[in-house]
Amino acid sequence: MNNPEEPDPKTEERDRWAEAITPVQPKPARKPATLGADVPIGDLYEKHKVVHNQRIDGPFRRFKWTVMVLTLAIYYVTPWLRWDRGPYAPDQAVLVDLTNRRFYMFGIEIWPHEFYFVAGMLIMAGIGLFLVTSAVGRAWCGYACPQTVWTDLFQHVDRLFDGDRNARVKLDKAPWGPAKLARRASKWTVYLLIAFVTGGAWILYFADAPTLLRDFFTGEAAPIAYATVAVLTATTFALGGFLREQVCIYMCPWPRIQTAMLDEKSLIVTYKDWRGEKRGSLKKALKQPDEYGDCIDCQQCVAVCPTGIDIREGPQIGCITCALCIDACDRVMADIGRPRGLIDYATLEDCKHEATGGKPQSPWKTLRRPRTLVYGAIWLSIGAALLFALGVRTHTEITVSPDRNPPFMLMRDGSVRNAYTLKLRNMESRPRTMQVEISGLAGATMWTDSITRENAATSQQVEVPADATRTVRAYVLAPANSSEQSFTFTLTSLDEQRESDTAQTLFTTPGGNP
Amino acid sequence: MANESNIENRVDQPTGTEFVGHEWDGIEELDTPLPRWWLWTFYATIVWAIGYVVAYPAWPMIDRATEGVIGWTSRGQLAEEISVANKAREGLLEQIAATDTALLTDDPQLMQQAVAGGAAAFKVNCVQCHGAGAAGSPGYPNLNDDEWLWGGDLESIELTLQHGVRWDGSDQTRFSLMPGFGDIFTTEEINALAGHVLSFTGRSESSATGVQLYADNCLSCHGQSGEGSRDQGAPALNDAIWLYGSSETAIRGQIRAPSHGVMPGWKDRLDPATIKMLAAYVHSLGGGETLAQQSDEPAEAADEQP
Repeated sequence: MNNPEEPDPKTEERDRWAEAITPVQPKPARKPATLGADVPIGDLYEKHKVVHNQRIDGPFRRFKWTVMVLTLAIYYVTPWLRWDRGPYAPDQAVLVDLTNRRFYMFGIEIWPHEFYFVAGMLIMAGIGLFLVTSAVGRAWCGYACPQTVWTDLFQHVDRLFDGDRNARVKLDKAPWGPAKLARRASKWTVYLLIAFVTGGAWILYFADAPTLLRDFFTGEAAPIAYATVAVLTATTFALGGFLREQVCIYMCPWPRIQTAMLDEKSLIVTYKDWRGEKRGSLKKALKQPDEYGDCIDCQQCVAVCPTGIDIREGPQIGCITCALCIDACDRVMADIGRPRGLIDYATLEDCKHEATGGKPQSPWKTLRRPRTLVYGAIWLSIGAALLFALGVRTHTEITVSPDRNPPFMLMRDGSVRNAYTLKLRNMESRPRTMQVEISGLAGATMWTDSITRENAATSQQVEVPADATRTVRAYVLAPANSSEQSFTFTLTSLDEQRESDTAQTLFTTPGGNP
Repeated sequence: MANESNIENRVDQPTGTEFVGHEWDGIEELDTPLPRWWLWTFYATIVWAIGYVVAYPAWPMIDRATEGVIGWTSRGQLAEEISVANKAREGLLEQIAATDTALLTDDPQLMQQAVAGGAAAFKVNCVQCHGAGAAGSPGYPNLNDDEWLWGGDLESIELTLQHGVRWDGSDQTRFSLMPGFGDIFTTEEINALAGHVLSFTGRSESSATGVQLYADNCLSCHGQSGEGSRDQGAPALNDAIWLYGSSETAIRGQIRAPSHGVMPGWKDRLDPATIKMLAAYVHSLGGGETLAQQSDEPAEAADEQP
């Protein structure tokens, strides 16, 4: 139990923070919801209030347009890019070939055993998010997240069909009639079309795009293709068309993680309450300039918000920091002859600094703080390590697994034969002749499942198909009374590259190691 | 903990939401209402669950579960998958059945498929005696080495597979019978004979008695220098491989009262394609021999492949 006379240091700490982030005007208390029998259960749940955001133009809106066009273009165009890899490999620049277990990305081809490259890229993506958060706050949420981009797209469709905010609010309230029904039906058809194109483009990353597109419409594509498109169409339709900001607030883990990652030095969209409060209408403010702050309570920041929040309530999970409210507020400030930036990108630390009379500071200094630099360094070093690994990997590999049952075989003449399964890997997209050689086993010869014992020798030539692993059974024969010992298989590509790889293995004998 | 009496009217100022009354290290839980669509999603999952329970096996009863109206079972799914797999193999099996055994090796791809199919059939039908690695055990021949009692080319192996060894079920079965000499020879004579047999591989000195006894009783089948005879199924005695043991005791025992293993023929139990695949697999284990006629004109034979 806390003694109200002596404040708990924890509570103090909390209050200190609350001071920085709490709006001046507390919200009226929500109607209390209890589980009492007389209270309808509906009070426990909140009805979804559809956000009808108003059109706005400004530097941030234009930046948002740019990012939207760019990300959508990347998404839809990438599968159609071609990349010549010769006759033995697909010519699609970016292709996740699950059937043949290959991942192509322009000049890079990744095999399943090299999945650590993909893992590395995922780690980079994760740390990249930390880096972005540290440097520019929730910029991912505000501009680049697919949920944001598609929500934005769908909101533009709303505007196109039903007009701007006021018209949409009116239409929403209007009773259902033929006109509203027709309008809704046509809008939802466009929703569905966008959703279908979204889901449809996804599958093109997993097969040859032109072929798959033709097969898809002639009914010859794989069932999984149709299922994937159906699921993605449904989710895009629901998440982009209807749930929108609900995804950010209730479903997505990222905003929750962000609340833990943001600190007083993080760049966020902030309402500068010390400048804005006490808010009041322009008329009142003109009458009593000393009583009122810069905020004229015009609600423009609320009207343009794509997630329907009031930024003046302070930082909150619903704020994706898209900065449209900055555009809106700057415009109003210009109209009433006040300096811009009542709502602006700033850190909480800067806010305090400014509120106590300090000079405004450049928001870009978050780029130079140690946390950003450390994340950046980690991100870059992982990238460099991946590039290095990619650069030094060879395209020729041999793995050897000796037979365990039987471990050795006594031949008629008393000599001993061991059998090995060799995997010869040719990662070049052309067939190659390779030489398999044994060394370190006195008097031993070798033949394979396709080379007969009559042609046994210490080295054999094997054709390995393009971009494939060839499994070869190798038989190694050592003279009678050989002792158990290690020896080496060497694989050499017989082309101008002369790549080679070795594998050590054991030769087992009935006598064992004397 | 927060003051209990205050819970009902305490409201979080920034959000206007009531506190629930739970507090951990200064962090308190707000009574934030759930979105209504969440409630509908929850109802939808209940409806889905009811449908699922009706459609699929669900409720455990005393000796079985409810069956579900669409009749799905995991066994049924397995059977379906097996029949799909079998259907996919049909063409291959037909092709193998239609290919002359001797020509199987000319088509490396087909041979590879046959070896894989044979390996699977081997695990079901042959490992009981010959072992998982086909290395055999005393009395059960090793199929990996280069010693063959009845021939190690594809056709000979296939014939052995079809008709077995000393098997009642076929007139064409491989048959050889070595008489027992335990009642005829004295112990000294048997020892001398065993000594002569061992002398083929330099493990013992032969004696005049041994040479004489061998010439009179063994040579006709096992050959002058113990090279054996495949026509008669007589094992070679001049190599390192001994079906019933290589020790002198084992050899004496085999002279006294020979063991005669039996292998069943598989012609009535397995289809010809499977037998052909088994032959290919055994042939591929490392000791397979080349057919005599095949080595004559291999190029021409290869051209005739479809």
